[in-house]
Amino acid sequence: MSGVRVLVGTRKGAFVLTADGKREKWDVSGPHFAGWEMYHVKGSPADPNRLFASQTSGWFGQLIQRSNDGGKTWEAVGNQFVYDGVPGTHQWYDGTAHPWEFKRVWHLEPSLTDPDTVYAGVEDAALFQTRDGGQTWAELSGLRKHGSGPKWQPGAGGMCLHTIILDAGNPKRMYIAISAAGVFRSDDAGESWRPINRGLKSGQIPDPTAEVGHCVHHVAIHKSRPGTLFMQKHWDVMRSDDAGDSWREVSGNLPTDFGFVIDVHAHEPETIYVVPIKSDSEHYVHEGKLRVYRSRSGGNEWEALTKGLPQENCYVNVLRDAMAVDSLDGCGVYFGTTGGQVYASANAGDSWTPIVRDLPAVLSVEVQTLP
Amino acid sequence: MSRIRIELPYHLRTLAEVRGEVELEVTGAVTQRSILDALETKYPVLRGTIRDHGTYKRRPFLRFFACSEDWSHESADAPLPEAVASGKEPLLIVGAIAGG
Repeated sequence: MSGVRVLVGTRKGAFVLTADGKREKWDVSGPHFAGWEMYHVKGSPADPNRLFASQTSGWFGQLIQRSNDGGKTWEAVGNQFVYDGVPGTHQWYDGTAHPWEFKRVWHLEPSLTDPDTVYAGVEDAALFQTRDGGQTWAELSGLRKHGSGPKWQPGAGGMCLHTIILDAGNPKRMYIAISAAGVFRSDDAGESWRPINRGLKSGQIPDPTAEVGHCVHHVAIHKSRPGTLFMQKHWDVMRSDDAGDSWREVSGNLPTDFGFVIDVHAHEPETIYVVPIKSDSEHYVHEGKLRVYRSRSGGNEWEALTKGLPQENCYVNVLRDAMAVDSLDGCGVYFGTTGGQVYASANAGDSWTPIVRDLPAVLSVEVQTLP
Repeated sequence: MSRIRIELPYHLRTLAEVRGEVELEVTGAVTQRSILDALETKYPVLRGTIRDHGTYKRRPFLRFFACSEDWSHESADAPLPEAVASGKEPLLIVGAIAGG
């Protein structure tokens, strides 16, 4: 019988949640790497038992962990992330030039076809790649050196490269997103990059329609339509149908269009999910109610999904990498909160149940659909 | 050859899969650098966790104490006290206190 494995990164360790295809009874394993910040855990599509995890600490720096048995055992692999050449400077919060400094890995994106190849998005923003299963990492420096790097500046959470999307139909095409620089696309497997932010409007920067400088929180695609991108920006939910060459707003009737996560239904490429957050000053859900909003029209028209979610006195956030979907019938949807709950829906969001309620603050949620 | 003792913080003991103090053989002068070189050779998983790769700069939230003195700001090549070199006293690698 098929099943799912949910990989949860938290402020104080990683957890692996497993269930059969009914997704009713869950086994909880963890904390793995207890006490460490686990920014992201993700499995290889080419070998689902191979997992990679970003383990980080303000005291002890960065480690990368790898599992070859679905998270039962782990081994530390390479943790040396060195920028290519003289890294130069980016803008600091006060507008002054600030040297590029490696801080941590925010996101790990395993190759769709090779279990030894993984991309890493890091803070200060850069893209790294391993081709030997994580033992060594090399920067794909065409991104940082493409020209606008000195103009990038950190968002409140740091200048992080947090989103990496690989195009299943075109191995040379990749997308990445950086807070607060924007979205970039490569059409040559990461050698060269160009910003794709036309149509974004950000009132928090001097030129609201600048080529770079936008605080993009997350981007998602459906594998069957790799040219259609959905974005949760700092404010605004956006959509592109030309591989990012232009964007239009699809916030529609959302109660607030600030938020972090966005994801796409596994079988319906026009069905998308967001969790509206009250504002960038408050960073918790609107009106004390935890509501996932679903659009079946690719944006603009949204419905609140509330069944099984707290509808009073709730003040959690859902961070940018903390939502995922499985590909079983009915499409499971999962998200984690800063209050330590991981919620699951086995019916595309119509109803929700908590898998766990009291984990440390959830940083990331990924799911694997297992045969 | 000197046999020295190191006390690691909890998370690094867990990473290195050791309990209690670590004992190491150090060749030549006993300094912060020679001790950390020997430590990282024996426990490669600790590379990058106490000092940065490449620059070997001490990570800012870690301190090196020996014989009730803070050696964190001394040269990495300065000889440590004889009590550390002889193994009578351990070198303490301490994580800064933080939290709430």
